[in-house]
Amino acid sequence: MSGAAVSYDEVQAGAEIPVVTYPLTRLSLVKYCGASGDFNVIHWNERIAKAVGLPNVIAHGMFSMAQAGRFVTDWAGPGATVAEFSVRFSAPVVVPDDDTGATIEVSGTVEEKLDDNRVALNLTARSDGAKVLARARAIVRLP
Amino acid sequence: MPINPDYVGRTYPVSEPYEVSRVKIREFADAIGDPNPVYRDAEAARAAGYPDVIAPPTFAIVISMASTGGAVGDPGLGINYAMVVHGEQKFQYSRPLGPGDVVTAQTTIDGIRSTGSLSMMTTSTEIRTTAGEHVCTAVSTLVERGVSSEGAA
Repeated sequence: MSGAAVSYDEVQAGAEIPVVTYPLTRLSLVKYCGASGDFNVIHWNERIAKAVGLPNVIAHGMFSMAQAGRFVTDWAGPGATVAEFSVRFSAPVVVPDDDTGATIEVSGTVEEKLDDNRVALNLTARSDGAKVLARARAIVRLP
Repeated sequence: MPINPDYVGRTYPVSEPYEVSRVKIREFADAIGDPNPVYRDAEAARAAGYPDVIAPPTFAIVISMASTGGAVGDPGLGINYAMVVHGEQKFQYSRPLGPGDVVTAQTTIDGIRSTGSLSMMTTSTEIRTTAGEHVCTAVSTLVERGVSSEGAA
Protein backbone atom coordinates (compact mmCIF):
# COMPACT_ATOMS: atom_id res chain seq x y z
CA MET A 1 0.00 0.00 0.00
CA SER A 2 1.48 3.32 -0.93
CA GLY A 3 1.18 5.81 1.87
CA ALA A 4 2.58 3.64 4.65
CA ALA A 5 5.98 5.29 4.84
CA VAL A 6 8.79 3.45 6.54
CA SER A 7 11.10 5.40 8.81
CA TYR A 8 14.80 4.69 8.38
CA ASP A 9 15.39 5.03 12.12
CA GLU A 10 12.78 2.41 12.93
CA VAL A 11 13.77 -0.12 10.26
CA GLN A 12 15.56 -3.13 11.71
CA ALA A 13 17.83 -5.52 9.85
CA GLY A 14 16.23 -8.94 9.70
CA ALA A 15 12.67 -7.60 9.75
CA GLU A 16 10.32 -9.53 7.53
CA ILE A 17 8.04 -7.84 5.03
CA PRO A 18 4.78 -9.79 4.70
CA VAL A 19 3.88 -11.53 1.46
CA VAL A 20 1.74 -9.73 -1.10
CA THR A 21 -0.01 -11.65 -3.88
CA TYR A 22 -0.24 -10.06 -7.33
CA PRO A 23 -2.60 -11.61 -9.89
CA LEU A 24 -2.04 -11.64 -13.65
CA THR A 25 -3.90 -12.93 -16.68
CA ARG A 26 -3.28 -13.18 -20.40
CA LEU A 27 -4.67 -9.63 -20.65
CA SER A 28 -1.90 -8.45 -18.31
CA LEU A 29 0.68 -9.86 -20.70
CA VAL A 30 -0.94 -8.28 -23.76
CA LYS A 31 -0.95 -4.92 -21.99
CA TYR A 32 2.64 -5.39 -20.88
CA CYS A 33 3.68 -6.26 -24.45
CA GLY A 34 2.21 -2.97 -25.64
CA ALA A 35 3.51 -0.82 -22.80
CA SER A 36 7.02 -2.28 -22.80
CA GLY A 37 7.47 -2.87 -26.52
CA ASP A 38 8.49 -6.49 -25.85
CA PHE A 39 6.33 -8.51 -28.26
CA ASN A 40 8.26 -11.78 -27.99
CA VAL A 41 5.70 -14.38 -29.16
CA ILE A 42 6.26 -16.59 -26.09
CA HIS A 43 4.30 -13.98 -24.10
CA TRP A 44 1.13 -14.11 -26.19
CA ASN A 45 1.12 -17.04 -28.62
CA GLU A 46 0.39 -20.41 -26.97
CA ARG A 47 1.01 -22.33 -30.19
CA ILE A 48 4.53 -21.01 -30.62
CA ALA A 49 5.29 -21.05 -26.88
CA LYS A 50 4.56 -24.79 -26.82
CA ALA A 51 6.36 -25.38 -30.10
CA VAL A 52 9.56 -23.93 -28.60
CA GLY A 53 9.30 -26.19 -25.56
CA LEU A 54 7.58 -24.01 -22.98
CA PRO A 55 4.67 -25.40 -20.91
CA ASN A 56 2.42 -22.55 -22.09
CA VAL A 57 2.54 -18.78 -22.58
CA ILE A 58 4.86 -17.32 -19.95
CA ALA A 59 4.92 -13.86 -18.40
CA HIS A 60 7.68 -11.42 -19.25
CA GLY A 61 10.39 -11.71 -16.63
CA MET A 62 10.16 -7.95 -16.39
CA PHE A 63 6.49 -8.22 -15.44
CA SER A 64 7.52 -10.29 -12.41
CA MET A 65 10.33 -7.86 -11.64
CA ALA A 66 7.81 -5.02 -11.84
CA GLN A 67 5.66 -6.75 -9.20
CA ALA A 68 8.71 -7.07 -6.95
CA GLY A 69 9.39 -3.39 -7.62
CA ARG A 70 5.87 -2.52 -6.58
CA PHE A 71 6.37 -4.55 -3.41
CA VAL A 72 9.49 -2.50 -2.62
CA THR A 73 8.03 0.93 -3.40
CA ASP A 74 4.80 0.18 -1.52
CA TRP A 75 6.85 -0.90 1.50
CA ALA A 76 9.17 2.11 1.31
CA GLY A 77 6.32 4.58 0.84
CA PRO A 78 6.10 7.94 -0.90
CA GLY A 79 9.31 9.89 -1.33
CA ALA A 80 11.57 6.84 -1.39
CA THR A 81 13.78 6.18 -4.41
CA VAL A 82 15.17 2.91 -5.64
CA ALA A 83 18.95 3.06 -6.04
CA GLU A 84 19.61 -0.51 -7.18
CA PHE A 85 17.38 -3.38 -8.16
CA SER A 86 18.51 -6.76 -9.42
CA VAL A 87 16.94 -10.18 -9.99
CA ARG A 88 17.64 -13.54 -11.54
CA PHE A 89 14.72 -15.13 -13.35
CA SER A 90 14.83 -18.67 -11.98
CA ALA A 91 11.60 -20.15 -13.36
CA PRO A 92 8.90 -18.96 -15.73
CA VAL A 93 5.50 -17.65 -14.59
CA VAL A 94 3.15 -19.82 -16.63
CA VAL A 95 -0.10 -18.05 -17.51
CA PRO A 96 -2.95 -20.36 -18.61
CA ASP A 97 -5.71 -19.21 -20.94
CA ASP A 98 -8.51 -19.06 -18.38
CA ASP A 99 -10.31 -16.47 -16.27
CA THR A 100 -8.08 -17.03 -13.25
CA GLY A 101 -4.62 -16.64 -14.74
CA ALA A 102 -1.68 -16.87 -12.37
CA THR A 103 -0.35 -15.19 -9.25
CA ILE A 104 3.05 -13.91 -8.18
CA GLU A 105 3.64 -13.89 -4.42
CA VAL A 106 6.37 -11.52 -3.29
CA SER A 107 7.90 -11.41 0.18
CA GLY A 108 11.03 -9.85 1.57
CA THR A 109 13.36 -9.21 4.45
CA VAL A 110 15.44 -6.23 5.44
CA GLU A 111 18.96 -7.45 4.74
CA GLU A 112 20.86 -4.50 6.14
CA LYS A 113 20.77 -0.81 6.86
CA LEU A 114 23.27 1.17 4.81
CA ASP A 115 24.45 4.76 5.08
CA ASP A 116 22.68 7.73 3.52
CA ASN A 117 19.21 6.47 4.58
CA ARG A 118 19.55 3.45 2.32
CA VAL A 119 18.22 0.00 3.12
CA ALA A 120 18.98 -3.27 1.33
CA LEU A 121 16.09 -5.69 0.90
CA ASN A 122 16.16 -9.35 -0.07
CA LEU A 123 13.11 -10.37 -2.05
CA THR A 124 11.50 -13.66 -3.00
CA ALA A 125 8.85 -14.21 -5.66
CA ARG A 126 6.94 -17.43 -6.21
CA SER A 127 4.34 -18.58 -8.69
CA ASP A 128 2.53 -21.90 -8.60
CA GLY A 129 4.99 -23.14 -5.96
CA ALA A 130 8.12 -22.29 -7.97
CA LYS A 131 10.62 -19.62 -7.07
CA VAL A 132 10.42 -17.29 -10.08
CA LEU A 133 12.87 -14.64 -8.85
CA ALA A 134 16.12 -15.61 -7.18
CA ARG A 135 18.88 -13.41 -5.82
CA ALA A 136 16.38 -10.56 -5.93
CA ARG A 137 17.69 -7.52 -4.11
CA ALA A 138 16.80 -3.86 -3.93
CA ILE A 139 18.55 -0.92 -2.34
CA VAL A 140 16.08 1.81 -1.56
CA ARG A 141 16.76 5.28 -0.17
CA LEU A 142 14.12 6.23 2.36
CA PRO A 143 12.97 9.86 2.57
CA MET B 1 23.73 -22.52 -32.45
CA PRO B 2 25.70 -20.76 -29.71
CA ILE B 3 25.77 -16.97 -29.67
CA ASN B 4 28.87 -15.75 -31.50
CA PRO B 5 31.43 -14.92 -28.77
CA ASP B 6 33.43 -12.67 -31.10
CA TYR B 7 31.00 -9.85 -30.26
CA VAL B 8 32.10 -9.41 -26.64
CA GLY B 9 33.22 -5.84 -26.05
CA ARG B 10 31.25 -4.44 -28.95
CA THR B 11 29.53 -1.12 -28.23
CA TYR B 12 26.53 -0.18 -30.34
CA PRO B 13 25.74 3.38 -31.45
CA VAL B 14 23.93 5.77 -29.11
CA SER B 15 20.17 5.55 -29.64
CA GLU B 16 17.98 8.31 -30.97
CA PRO B 17 16.72 10.55 -28.15
CA TYR B 18 13.66 9.20 -26.29
CA GLU B 19 11.36 11.67 -24.57
CA VAL B 20 9.66 10.28 -21.46
CA SER B 21 5.99 11.30 -21.35
CA ARG B 22 3.29 11.31 -18.70
CA VAL B 23 1.09 9.22 -20.95
CA LYS B 24 3.72 6.50 -21.39
CA ILE B 25 4.47 6.42 -17.66
CA ARG B 26 0.78 6.00 -16.91
CA GLU B 27 0.40 3.34 -19.59
CA PHE B 28 3.33 1.42 -18.13
CA ALA B 29 2.05 1.74 -14.55
CA ASP B 30 -1.37 0.52 -15.73
CA ALA B 31 0.23 -2.41 -17.55
CA ILE B 32 2.11 -3.58 -14.44
CA GLY B 33 -1.08 -3.09 -12.40
CA ASP B 34 0.47 -0.56 -10.02
CA PRO B 35 -2.07 2.07 -8.87
CA ASN B 36 0.53 4.24 -7.06
CA PRO B 37 -0.52 7.91 -7.55
CA VAL B 38 3.10 9.11 -7.83
CA TYR B 39 3.10 7.62 -11.34
CA ARG B 40 0.00 9.58 -12.41
CA ASP B 41 -0.74 12.61 -10.26
CA ALA B 42 1.81 15.45 -10.22
CA GLU B 43 0.39 16.86 -6.98
CA ALA B 44 0.63 13.51 -5.21
CA ALA B 45 4.18 13.14 -6.53
CA ARG B 46 5.18 16.61 -5.28
CA ALA B 47 3.58 15.90 -1.91
CA ALA B 48 5.81 12.82 -1.72
CA GLY B 49 8.86 14.97 -2.40
CA TYR B 50 9.45 14.34 -6.10
CA PRO B 51 9.67 17.26 -8.56
CA ASP B 52 6.88 15.78 -10.69
CA VAL B 53 5.36 12.43 -11.57
CA ILE B 54 8.03 9.70 -11.64
CA ALA B 55 8.27 6.49 -13.62
CA PRO B 56 8.18 3.07 -11.91
CA PRO B 57 11.69 1.64 -11.39
CA THR B 58 11.38 -0.98 -14.13
CA PHE B 59 10.17 1.61 -16.66
CA ALA B 60 13.84 1.98 -17.61
CA ILE B 61 13.53 -1.35 -19.45
CA VAL B 62 11.39 0.38 -22.11
CA ILE B 63 14.40 2.48 -23.02
CA SER B 64 17.17 -0.04 -22.38
CA MET B 65 15.45 -2.88 -24.24
CA ALA B 66 14.96 -0.78 -27.36
CA SER B 67 18.72 -0.24 -27.30
CA THR B 68 19.58 -3.83 -26.35
CA GLY B 69 17.33 -4.92 -29.21
CA GLY B 70 19.83 -3.39 -31.60
CA ALA B 71 22.40 -5.84 -30.27
CA VAL B 72 20.05 -8.84 -30.04
CA GLY B 73 18.96 -8.24 -33.63
CA ASP B 74 22.53 -8.01 -34.92
CA PRO B 75 22.54 -10.78 -37.56
CA GLY B 76 26.15 -11.65 -36.80
CA LEU B 77 25.19 -12.83 -33.29
CA GLY B 78 22.83 -15.45 -34.70
CA ILE B 79 20.17 -15.16 -31.98
CA ASN B 80 16.73 -16.76 -32.48
CA TYR B 81 14.52 -14.45 -30.42
CA ALA B 82 11.71 -16.99 -29.91
CA MET B 83 14.26 -19.11 -28.03
CA VAL B 84 15.35 -16.23 -25.83
CA VAL B 85 14.29 -15.85 -22.21
CA HIS B 86 15.40 -13.23 -19.74
CA GLY B 87 18.05 -14.58 -17.37
CA GLU B 88 19.00 -11.69 -15.11
CA GLN B 89 18.31 -7.99 -14.84
CA LYS B 90 19.94 -5.27 -12.81
CA PHE B 91 19.33 -1.52 -12.64
CA GLN B 92 21.51 1.10 -10.98
CA TYR B 93 19.72 4.42 -10.73
CA SER B 94 21.04 7.93 -10.22
CA ARG B 95 17.45 9.14 -9.99
CA PRO B 96 13.94 8.20 -11.18
CA LEU B 97 12.95 8.94 -14.76
CA GLY B 98 10.25 11.55 -15.18
CA PRO B 99 8.17 13.29 -17.84
CA GLY B 100 10.17 15.59 -20.09
CA ASP B 101 13.42 13.66 -19.64
CA VAL B 102 15.04 13.30 -23.05
CA VAL B 103 17.42 10.39 -22.83
CA THR B 104 19.61 8.24 -25.02
CA ALA B 105 20.79 4.69 -24.46
CA GLN B 106 23.97 2.97 -25.46
CA THR B 107 24.55 -0.77 -25.19
CA THR B 108 27.79 -2.71 -24.81
CA ILE B 109 28.07 -6.50 -24.93
CA ASP B 110 29.88 -7.40 -21.70
CA GLY B 111 29.93 -11.16 -22.02
CA ILE B 112 28.81 -14.17 -24.03
CA ARG B 113 29.14 -17.73 -22.79
CA SER B 114 27.65 -21.06 -23.72
CA THR B 115 27.13 -24.14 -21.56
CA GLY B 116 25.43 -27.23 -22.90
CA SER B 117 22.41 -26.15 -24.91
CA LEU B 118 22.26 -22.66 -23.38
CA SER B 119 23.94 -19.47 -24.55
CA MET B 120 24.00 -16.38 -22.37
CA MET B 121 24.72 -12.81 -23.36
CA THR B 122 25.15 -9.98 -20.85
CA THR B 123 24.77 -6.40 -21.99
CA SER B 124 25.00 -3.11 -20.15
CA THR B 125 23.02 -0.12 -21.31
CA GLU B 126 23.74 3.40 -20.10
CA ILE B 127 20.77 5.74 -20.05
CA ARG B 128 21.73 9.40 -19.98
CA THR B 129 19.96 12.65 -20.65
CA THR B 130 20.94 14.40 -23.85
CA ALA B 131 22.82 16.82 -21.54
CA GLY B 132 24.95 13.87 -20.38
CA GLU B 133 23.46 13.28 -16.91
CA HIS B 134 23.53 9.61 -15.91
CA VAL B 135 20.05 8.35 -15.03
CA CYS B 136 20.29 4.57 -15.06
CA THR B 137 22.50 1.68 -16.05
CA ALA B 138 20.62 -1.46 -17.04
CA VAL B 139 22.49 -4.78 -17.10
CA SER B 140 20.63 -7.60 -18.83
CA THR B 141 21.45 -11.25 -19.29
CA LEU B 142 19.51 -12.97 -22.03
CA VAL B 143 19.48 -16.74 -22.37
CA GLU B 144 19.03 -18.48 -25.68
CA ARG B 145 17.75 -21.99 -25.13
CA GLY B 146 19.01 -24.68 -27.45
CA VAL B 147 16.45 -26.48 -29.59
CA SER B 148 16.58 -29.63 -27.48
CA SER B 149 16.55 -27.80 -24.14
CA GLU B 150 14.13 -28.67 -21.38
CA GLY B 151 12.59 -26.03 -19.16
CA ALA B 152 13.35 -22.36 -19.21
CA ALA B 153 13.83 -19.47 -16.93
